[in-house]
Amino acid sequence: MEPWEEEEGPEVVKHFMYVNRRAPYGTIFAHECLEVVLISAAFEQDVSVAFMDDGVYQLKKNQDTTGIGMKNFSKTYRALDDYDVEKIYVEKESLDARGLTADDLIIPVEVVSTQAMRDLLGQQDVVISS
Amino acid sequence: MNRILHIVNKSPTDRRAFDTCFRMAKAEDSILLIEDGVYAAVANAGFASEVNKRLDDFSFYVLGPDVAARGLGDISLIDGIEVVDYKGFVDLVAENDVTQSWL
Repeated sequence: MEPWEEEEGPEVVKHFMYVNRRAPYGTIFAHECLEVVLISAAFEQDVSVAFMDDGVYQLKKNQDTTGIGMKNFSKTYRALDDYDVEKIYVEKESLDARGLTADDLIIPVEVVSTQAMRDLLGQQDVVISS
Repeated sequence: MNRILHIVNKSPTDRRAFDTCFRMAKAEDSILLIEDGVYAAVANAGFASEVNKRLDDFSFYVLGPDVAARGLGDISLIDGIEVVDYKGFVDLVAENDVTQSWL
């Protein structure tokens, strides 16, 4: 068999991490990244979603966009579980700096230290930034 | 001296817009927080001290619909920042001589 005829077996699973660092609504980064995560979930890879810096604001519960005429996409984060995206990491230091705790967030997450987040980043095959 | 309405729409933890706004604003100017600028109004956030120490120098306002959109309606905002709606936004523009947006 020629090299170009080699097929990768279905057992090849890559580790993907999506890194969110922007607040929702002020820019399109947060919404776009969420769309990409949901699409990528169909490819049955090992997907993690990380939130740090202003990205933690994406998960703030009780968002109500009726007054600004934009779609409230925060409820879509609840669908991640249905897509088997279960590794959701939030950096504790980012929450602390913004006066937030895990209780303020719309979905259950794993709150991790900077050190743990650094280690997680180091374990990925692909990192997608937004 | 012209009275200036300073408008900030950038998060204090993402951009430096507030640094310049605070540096350029003079006594009796007004500062309106909109869009991602509303995060500067959160009482328990680290940046709150930067706003608190300037409450006597400037009049602070925050746009309510942007607060609600970001889920901040259920947490404490800094005492001394007045919440306004879109009509209040228009009033502020009309009451001041000029407007400067720190984009």
